[in-house]
Amino acid sequence: MITRWGPPKVNHYMWPALLILISVVVGLIRILKGPTAADRMLAAQLFGTGGVAILLILAQAMQMPSLVDVALIYALLAAITMVVFVRRQWGSHENTGEMKDESH
Amino acid sequence: MSLTDLLGSFLLLLAIPFFWGGSLGLLRFPDIYTRLHALTKADNLGLGLVVAGSILMSKEWTVGVKLLLIWLAVLVASTISCYLIANAAHKRKINPWKLP
Repeated sequence: MITRWGPPKVNHYMWPALLILISVVVGLIRILKGPTAADRMLAAQLFGTGGVAILLILAQAMQMPSLVDVALIYALLAAITMVVFVRRQWGSHENTGEMKDESH
Repeated sequence: MSLTDLLGSFLLLLAIPFFWGGSLGLLRFPDIYTRLHALTKADNLGLGLVVAGSILMSKEWTVGVKLLLIWLAVLVASTISCYLIANAAHKRKINPWKLP
């Protein structure tokens, strides 16, 4: 693989990546609006999935196979993020009647 | 451009509506259960089509196996987190949305 410095060459494979990026950024409005913390985490998960898809497309477009490894790390971290969020933050006060403030 | 490249590009383009549907559903749907429904479409089918297109365009079969593993990891993550979030929301007595 040839290491190339400077801005990468734009080719037609990058248009799907750009469209997916726009859709993910539009979805981030839910983080501003979302009534509960879980809604905000759903937007974050959509960002993770969209990030994986964008990285896979860019790995093809820019001929950089190492981006596939980055996407693998993203995919593995997405699982851990949601499990930790539910177990430690959002689901631990079940049926006690004393719920924490949902805005954080 | 070979035939597999063409087919892969077509699959990549086919994935875009699922991502748009996922984010629009995340914005437009009324409560958290329906938003989970919208989100898993983007996770499963959108990323699945991207992975399928990338497999068709990849040059070595080991890269294809790695891409399949990525899709499998995202599927597992999406399934587990969907169950956990819906279960926690149910235990918090968040009622499902009904037609007004």
